[in-house]
Amino acid sequence: MALETDTMTKDPILKVDHLSMRFGGLMAINDLSFEAYRGDITALIGPNGAGKTTVFNCITGFYKPTMGMITMRQKAGKEYLLERMSDFEVNRDAKVARTFQNIRLFSGLTVLENLLVAQHNKLMLASGYTVLGLLGFPAYKKAAAQSIEQAKYWLEKANLTDRADDPAGDLPYGAQRRLEIARAMCTGPEFLCLDEPAAGLNPRESLVLNELLRSIRKDTGTSILLIEHDMSVVMEISDHVVVLEYGQKISDGNPEHVKHDPKVIAAYLGVEDDEVEEVIEQIEEIAVAAPGDTPK
Amino acid sequence: MANITNTPESAGSNLMARALREAFYAGLVALGLFVLFVGLKTDQNILNELILVQRWGLLAIFVVIAAVGRFLSVAYIRPFLARQKVTNAVTGLLPDSVATRFFRVPIVVVAAVIAILLIFAGNAIAAALPAVLVPWVTMIRALAIIYVLAFGFFYFRVYIAAHFNTLAIIALIFYPPVMVYFFGYQGSLKYVDNFGIQILIYVMLAWGLNIVVGLAGLLDLGYVAFYAVGAYSYALLSSYFGLSFWVLLPMAGIFAALWGIILGFPVLRLKGDYLAIVTLAFGEIIRLVLINWTAVTKGTFGISGIAKASVFGIWSFDVSATNNFAKVFGLPMSSAYYKIFLFYLILALCLLTAFVTIRLRRMPIGRAWEALREDEIACRSLGINTVTTKLTAFATGAMFGGFAGSFFAVRQGFVSPESFVFLESAIILAIVVLGGMGSLVGIAVAATVMIGGTELLREMTILKQIFGPDFTPELYRMLIFGLAMIIVMVWKPRGFVGTREPTAFLRERKSVSGSFTKEGHG
Ligand SMILES: Nc1ncnc2c1ncn2[C@@H]1O[C@H](COP(=O)(O)OP(=O)(O)OP(=O)(O)O)[C@@H](O)[C@H]1O
Ligand SMILES: [Mg+2]
Repeated sequence: MALETDTMTKDPILKVDHLSMRFGGLMAINDLSFEAYRGDITALIGPNGAGKTTVFNCITGFYKPTMGMITMRQKAGKEYLLERMSDFEVNRDAKVARTFQNIRLFSGLTVLENLLVAQHNKLMLASGYTVLGLLGFPAYKKAAAQSIEQAKYWLEKANLTDRADDPAGDLPYGAQRRLEIARAMCTGPEFLCLDEPAAGLNPRESLVLNELLRSIRKDTGTSILLIEHDMSVVMEISDHVVVLEYGQKISDGNPEHVKHDPKVIAAYLGVEDDEVEEVIEQIEEIAVAAPGDTPK
Repeated sequence: MANITNTPESAGSNLMARALREAFYAGLVALGLFVLFVGLKTDQNILNELILVQRWGLLAIFVVIAAVGRFLSVAYIRPFLARQKVTNAVTGLLPDSVATRFFRVPIVVVAAVIAILLIFAGNAIAAALPAVLVPWVTMIRALAIIYVLAFGFFYFRVYIAAHFNTLAIIALIFYPPVMVYFFGYQGSLKYVDNFGIQILIYVMLAWGLNIVVGLAGLLDLGYVAFYAVGAYSYALLSSYFGLSFWVLLPMAGIFAALWGIILGFPVLRLKGDYLAIVTLAFGEIIRLVLINWTAVTKGTFGISGIAKASVFGIWSFDVSATNNFAKVFGLPMSSAYYKIFLFYLILALCLLTAFVTIRLRRMPIGRAWEALREDEIACRSLGINTVTTKLTAFATGAMFGGFAGSFFAVRQGFVSPESFVFLESAIILAIVVLGGMGSLVGIAVAATVMIGGTELLREMTILKQIFGPDFTPELYRMLIFGLAMIIVMVWKPRGFVGTREPTAFLRERKSVSGSFTKEGHG
């Protein structure tokens, strides 16, 4: 997969330029620029408190950045300046969907209803802003049936069909994560932002999630930006990795490149810059020794 | 049970001792609480001087009720409830439920005989008895009827639960004729007007508020303002411009909806407590405007002589009109026809409210309201404009309040700001919460119990015999209202109907338990 996208001409879907976000005295993001390419799975990684969620909140309109520009280019060529839009417009017009680090489902609604709420704007239009729907016009009935079909499609994909009529709050954690992704996909996005989708999942659930993300990209062509702590997930599915530390970009490139970037290693191990060389030597020693130690 | 080692006697005496002790404390607490509220009362004597009336007897009754209640609860009710959960060692079955014990067939037969006897011969018996006993006869008759009806509900509970809506609507449609049959035109007034119409008005108001509070999760303490807007729209426009009810009913709804939007705009940013306070203030502002804008609203005097509604302009209920309903049909003159007409009118309005609410819940806007209650931020991440969603909730709820308000004006023939005090908002909100937020059936039951119960208090002349002729039971309705709320909230914290019906399903419709739904945060 990674090779394929590398050979394609790089077509940025999202461009972040000189983004800064200040909370009082704290520079949560400091002059961050990066690009996410169409059709790619881009990973945004970094230690705790690096500002990853803040970047997401700026992209999706939940925070107004102190400075900088975020450009979303849709497939049709239309461009949106996300930093000027309010949160719901980012989803509705620019077609950027997101999930949350601490899952935000409508826990009292059923799984199916969660997916129907996500198709709100489409259905509102079909129901003539409720008026025609209230009068029972057939156009709305058709749209409603279609929205159920759409929900079924995503239930199938997220492996939740059996739980469709249960309250979302009743699902196990892994299923809730998948439902949140399915719900975001039901809004019909071109760009999907996932905040730590694998957090709290067991290895098996984590594999299922990887499968889901790959199939989202393959079947819908949606580009994905994901925050992740689990390195195995990042290395496994991402085409492009951006590393953040203290609100600044310290590395950017394909997973292989980032994995061996001394700055990244230092950031993750929490050492001073001048000790980096030392650490890298140590790591290389371990790497040489490792293959013999752990035969599989 | 088997592994409790101490002998039944010692356990029993322990329990009794504890029950007595707790009863004593409860009495003490009641004494402390009520000594100033009930024991003493300020009043004016003939010279307009303030005097203190001492009511030690009444105070004693309150204290005794508290103590005895506590004693019974600790000594008998709690052990009884505990036993209900223990299976019989021999049969392995749970004991009969309280309801099956309560509705034993022999008792039902006796009650039915008493009820029938008293329905047909009650007046004759009462005439033969001394006047003191007359209320007792009435009460026994009422209890017997209620018991037999309750048995019917209990016996057919499965069928009723399955067809509740249809049965309820049929019962309501036949309610006025049945009342007229039993009590005559004049006698039926009390049941159709005081009970029927009064309860249905509150059902409609609570269903309207339910959209805002129960579905969208926005706490609105000033709902009565929209009721007032509706009532005054009708009162003013009909007395200044002579417009008819059928023109003004939709207009009242539209005006109230507009006010809902006007209120909605500033409060959209607010959440929780702040929202509640601002809506409360809004309700008071409307009331104060009505009081002080005397040139238009006549202030506290109110507007009287409001035109009656007509049957779509075909038949009128004005005594002088040529197309008077009674005249056209050659019936004897009576105010009962108008009341019965009003009953069907408010019933139709209630059904409209229910129909629209049920419909809306299955539409994208209704789902968005409920989603808003569950999680506003998630809503915005899905591209839902929460501002307009909240506004539509406010406006729709307000519109039904406006309809109810114009009906209220038509029914009373008189409106004054006094009908729209904060207490009304609180009662409507209490009904929504007691019923179970979001559930139409639960809310209707709550309104029936609460409003019907307070109306029933007025009828209980028997209480005067117990507590003395000065006792006015209506004055205690708030006390009983509060007590009922506490009991329901302890017994069913999510209200009568705590579950939520999903608006769409794939395979089977399963109710969502109340533990998953949220109350909203804004
Ligand atoms: N609304 C806010 N107000 C003030 N400070 C904030 C706010 N949001 C985030 N921060 C601060 O910004 C910094 C970055 O936070 P952020 O949540 O973006 O980190 P993160 O990279 O997502 O971390 P994690 O891996 O723990 O999720 C933190 O120091 C945090 O305390
Ligand atoms: Mg984070």
